This record gives sequence, structure tokens and C-alpha cells, in this order.
Amino acid sequence: MIDYHALAPDLIMAGTVLVVLVVDIFTRHERKYLTALTAMAGIVVASFPLVTLGFSEVGARTMLDGSYVVDEFAIALKAFFLFVAFVTVLLSFSYIEGDRYYQGEFYFLLLSSILGAMLMASARDMVTMFVALELVSGPAFLMAGWRKGDARSSEAALKMFIIGVLSAAVFLFGMSLIYGATSSVLFADIAAVLSAADAAIRPAIILGVLFILVGFGFKVSAVPFHFWAPDTYEGAPTPVTAYLSVGSKAAGFIGLLTMLYQAFRPVADIWGPAIWIIAIASMTLGNLVALRQENIVRLLAYSSISHAGFMLVPFAMAFVYDDAGLDQAFSATITYLIIYGIMNLGAFGLVIAASRRVGSGNVSDWNGLGQYSPDLAILLTIFMFSLAGVPPFAGWFAKFEMFRSVANAFSGSDGAVWAAVLAGAAAINAVIAFFYYARLVVAAWFLPVKEGFVPRTVSVAPSLAFALSISAVAVMVIGVLPWLVSEVSQFSTLVAGG
Amino acid sequence: MTIAQFAILGGLLFSVGVYGVLVRRNAVLVLLSVELMMTAVNINLVAFGRFYDNISGQIFSLFVIAVAAAEVGIGLAIVLLIFRNRSSANVDELDLLRW
Repeated sequence: MIDYHALAPDLIMAGTVLVVLVVDIFTRHERKYLTALTAMAGIVVASFPLVTLGFSEVGARTMLDGSYVVDEFAIALKAFFLFVAFVTVLLSFSYIEGDRYYQGEFYFLLLSSILGAMLMASARDMVTMFVALELVSGPAFLMAGWRKGDARSSEAALKMFIIGVLSAAVFLFGMSLIYGATSSVLFADIAAVLSAADAAIRPAIILGVLFILVGFGFKVSAVPFHFWAPDTYEGAPTPVTAYLSVGSKAAGFIGLLTMLYQAFRPVADIWGPAIWIIAIASMTLGNLVALRQENIVRLLAYSSISHAGFMLVPFAMAFVYDDAGLDQAFSATITYLIIYGIMNLGAFGLVIAASRRVGSGNVSDWNGLGQYSPDLAILLTIFMFSLAGVPPFAGWFAKFEMFRSVANAFSGSDGAVWAAVLAGAAAINAVIAFFYYARLVVAAWFLPVKEGFVPRTVSVAPSLAFALSISAVAVMVIGVLPWLVSEVSQFSTLVAGG
Repeated sequence: MTIAQFAILGGLLFSVGVYGVLVRRNAVLVLLSVELMMTAVNINLVAFGRFYDNISGQIFSLFVIAVAAAEVGIGLAIVLLIFRNRSSANVDELDLLRW
């Protein structure tokens, strides 16, 4: 039986994707902004059934023999992805309109990618997850190469594409091995078989799990699978970069989390140590390289790599947790992901606005931003301090939840040393990260404007200003009332395999 | 015929694909090598599906074929774009963006 209420958000998004294309055909050149309005209307309409689903008493709605599940976890993440879509449309609006071509197709691709992310939140089998993952990344490749005449943009697209399809192939090979070892594609069945697997097929399981981990590693740009990310982020149009670093990365994380917790939970001793290494490597390398970046987009790219490391920290200790610890690790990662998404969108929105004003994306050209544009400098301070985890802003709570989850591992029997090293590395990295974020803030407020530098007199487009204020308000409200996020990210059902 | 022979064929084909991705310098041939890796996946899926007498492997491989075809479409479009911008599809020359 098909539960149309549960499918409504995804169906409305799928419909909007098609309507945007049709609107694009029937509008003349100067009225192409209608496509953006259609996209935003679709996003708003799609969020209504999510609200009614959130308040309904039915609980988890399972379809297609458990392949597609709409539970609290899926609803919360679909809402998050709709928020990301809304802000990204606002960020792109003036940027894409400025280029004056292919506006309709841009929103079509953006919404398709968001649709994939929404499916990802519900996917509970390998086939659905694979299709969702490719639906997220396929349109993203094209969006990265949006400025067709610009060699840097097409180079960014090709690099992302080659790594993207390579990771998909690696990921699929892992899936085929897991299917061979367990004879099922459903996560719940895989977990059941794995917990009683006999030793003869263990090599195939290890290989399969590691291949899948590598595939997702590329998607979430964790070290050592990160090298495409800075290049792609720098070359792609900045609104697309904002989407890649939040939407497509979050979709990868959701896939990784559901798979590890639902299908591979019985073999946590295989993936736990691997995640442990990847988490420490991502945090450290991302931060150290970010310290020396001169281009602000590359700086944020490396910062997003190190944030991926922080997000992996809670489940690096999964192999020593009991059920309660696992619950908490899971909600810590989701909390981090949601907060990171909101503040990173804001940070990229700020980069778009300030780069127009300054006329350059080099850190040194941003000296003295506060003197001629205090509004942008205030926003810069909010988002950078939030990314660094300075208390009044949302970022502190993400880091706090992460450390709280690692602290649980100390009470476990044999993981204390591993947990201590992990917590130490995370703490040192949190301090290092503060330096490069603070460097931008110091440059904006305290350094003198370069000699002979004249800022451009462009005002911030209304849509961009709206996106910036939504993100800034969200960052501050969550920072003061963190239970708003922690409340929605408690999903014990998923961890229990429900 | 045992399942091992198919699994070995799949593994070898996958390795040939990985080798091609690492060694080939032309973007179109890199794409071709990735397709080879996808084919290895299909062999595995169909073989395991037959082995377990289970339909999901074959269905999965149909999805893989369809998605791979879509990705080739995207990939060729991007390679064409690169070729128009710089008259070469050599992946080693993509050095505008680094560090």
C-alpha cells in the first residue's frame, strides 16, 4: 500500500521540478525570475505535509517492504534539506540572474539534487540509497560547471565529476560484495545476517564495508578522499559551492549514517577504527592547510573538510558504546550536521555579498571591511565565530554535543585510550580552527584598508540580504536555545533498527 | 560453474577499471574505465542474484546500468565543455586550480 501522506513532500518536490522546467519554457527572457519564484513556492508547499507528518500520531510509516521509511529522522532531515534549498535559491537569485542565461535550468537542477537528498533521508535499502545518492550528485556536477565560458568552472566540474563517478563505482562494488555476503539489499536484513555471519565470509564483509566507506568518504570529502573539494569549491560559482558544502555533503553524511547504524551495526569493529583514523586525519589536515589559505573560498573549503572530521568524531567510538551511547552519538552527529549546514550557508552567503563589495576573494583585500561596510563585518563576525564554536553562536552547541558523546566512551570498558586520543585531537583542532576564523574577523575590524583600495559601491541584493538574515537569526537563536535542535535530533528508533 | 569464478571475474574487471582511471590521461578514456568498473559491479550483482535465486541483484544491476548511462551523458557534456574552453581533454593539464 502506498501512503500518499508520507510521500507528499517528495511528490510535491518532484512536481515542482517539472513545473519549473515548464515555466522556463513559457517565460520570456526578462521574466525568467519567475522560475526562482516557482521553485520557492514549491519548497514552501512541500513543507506543509512535513509539518502535518511531524504532528501525526502514526509514528514510522514503512513502505515497499521497509525500503522506504518516513520516520522522525526522515521528517527532520527533509525539513532541513528544504531549508537548505530555500536559502540556496535566495543565495543564487541575484548571482544567476546577473549571468542572464539558463536561469530555469539552474533551479531545475538544484531542486532535482534536493529531491535526491530528501529521498536519501528515507532510503532504507541499497538500491534506493544508490539512486538517491546519484540524484544528489548528478545535477551537482552540472551546477559546478555553470559558468560555461570559464575554464576554471569547467575544470571544477570535471574534477568533481571524475571523483564523483569513481566514488560511485567503488561504493557500488562494496554494495555488490555486501549483497553477495548477505543475499539482501535491505538494511534491516543485512544487519540480521551480519550479526550471525560465519567466519568464512568475513573477508568479503570487511572488503565490502571498507569499499562503501571509501565511496562515502569521497562524497563527504573526508581526508584522504578530500583533494577534489578545494578545487571544485573554488572554481564553481559561489552559490553552488554553498550548496555543495552543505546540501550534497549532508546527503552523503545521512547515507553514511543510516548505512553504518542500520546495516553495519553488528560489524562496528570493522568500521569503527577506520572512522577513527579518518576523523582525526580530516580534522588535523583540514585545519592545518586552512591556516595558510589566502583565498577565502578555499579557506572555507578546508574548514568544511575539518568540520567533516568533527562530524565523524561521535561515531568513531561506536565499537565501544552501549545502546544509550550509540543513541547519543547518532544525535550528536545529526545536531552537528544541522548546525553546520545553517552556519556554513550563512558564511558562503556572506562571501558572495562581501566579494561583490570588495571585488576580490583574497583575505588580504578584506582588511578594514568594518570601516566601510560594518553590516557585512558584523555578519562575518557572527558566522566565523559560530564556525569556530564561540559560545553565543550556534557552533558551540555542535562541538559541545560532540565532546559529550566522546565522553560516554570513557565509561565503556576498553575504549578509554582511543577515546582520550580522539578527544585530545578534537580539542586541539578546535583551538587551531579558532585562529583562522579569528584572523578574518581581526582583518575586517582592526587592520587598516590597503592603500589606494576603493571598495565598490554595490548594495547587497534583497534576496541575498534576506538569506543572510535568516541564517544569522537562526545561528543566534540556536546558540541561545540549543534544545531547539537537540530536541529534533533524538532518533532512538533508527538506531534500534526500527 | 561456481560463484567464485564470477566473483573473480568481477574483481579482475574492477581492477582493470581502477588501473585505467589511474593511468589514462584522456578524460574520455577515464570515463570509459569507470564504466568498466560499473560493469564489474553488474557481473557481481547478477551472479550473486542467480546464486541465491534472488531477484534483487538483477533489479539492482538494471538501476546501475540506467544510472551509469545518465552519468556518461553528464560526463561527456562536461568533457566537451573542457574541450571547448582549452582544446584538450587531457586530465593532467587541469591545473588552473590547485593548493
